[in-house]
Amino acid sequence: MSSFGRCAACKYLRRKCPQDCILAPYFPSSNPQRFACVHKIFGASNVTKMLQQVPEHLRAEAAECISYEAIARVQDPVYGCVGIITQLQQQIVQIHSEIMKTKGEMVAHHSAHPQHHTSPQQQGDPSQFISIHQQEQNNFQSDKHLSGNF
Amino acid sequence: MRMKQAMKGHEPRSSSSCAACKLLKRKCTSTCIFAPYFRSDEPKKFAKVHKVFGASNVSKILVEVPEEQREDTVNSLAYEAEARLRDPVYGCIGAIALLQRKMVELQHDLAIARARLARYSVPVASTSSPSVLVDENVGMVSFDDMPCCSAVNESFGQSSSQLTQVQPMNDFGQFPYIF
Repeated sequence: MSSFGRCAACKYLRRKCPQDCILAPYFPSSNPQRFACVHKIFGASNVTKMLQQVPEHLRAEAAECISYEAIARVQDPVYGCVGIITQLQQQIVQIHSEIMKTKGEMVAHHSAHPQHHTSPQQQGDPSQFISIHQQEQNNFQSDKHLSGNF
Repeated sequence: MRMKQAMKGHEPRSSSSCAACKLLKRKCTSTCIFAPYFRSDEPKKFAKVHKVFGASNVSKILVEVPEEQREDTVNSLAYEAEARLRDPVYGCIGAIALLQRKMVELQHDLAIARARLARYSVPVASTSSPSVLVDENVGMVSFDDMPCCSAVNESFGQSSSQLTQVQPMNDFGQFPYIF
């Protein structure tokens, strides 16, 4: 990397960019803002340590995620990407509620107008919709622990 | 002189230091920015935050936010730090990826359910019952600004350099699935 100039990290830190600079592959000079955010939130030293602790083949992913977290925190200093998690959880609850509501309407409609369901696939016991409800509820409940196991 | 000696007994002792000052081995003053949020009975909380972000960076972040939002800030930083220590590669982005995947699945399920409902209501449309309109856009969320983590989720659209807007949450306190 040093033969092509310094990486964004070394430029920002105003230091020489060695041949084996651990940050160089993930913070190219073409995107100085990215490292600026990472440096502001985590600090160069912490990021270096974090990348060193990760196997080399996973460092690109780690750097990407660290950068994303840093940018999210710069944009939202209070919640950072935890705000995104909360948003997603609330949207999931909303969509799930819509699904339940829609399926409730289907059950109600099926019960009220059984003669309208002419195809064999559409006919059947309304309780199949209830079992779908239950299955989805179970799936939803099992996902609730996604972020809660700390 | 006697006054000074008397006042010396009122100086903060190490036992009243917050978790941050204890870890950093420094005097915890009455204006310590960490003290309200890192109590001495929660040493691990600050230890994790310090390990991931560094005390100096946390202090700068706290100084930049209004005082009434600092507790939420500390809690979200603690959450992120915990996630990153548990998963050094993906941190809390892993949770975002899972939730996004779930969201896509549920959006798909919703579309199917609504299509079915619309099919059921079509024969009824000719009678007195009103037809049910299917709004495919309700509940659909665009996450075009998510970073491209190839091993995480194909629903991540663009690189982190293109992240433009994150909507801040106002009701951090409810956190049904995190705390």
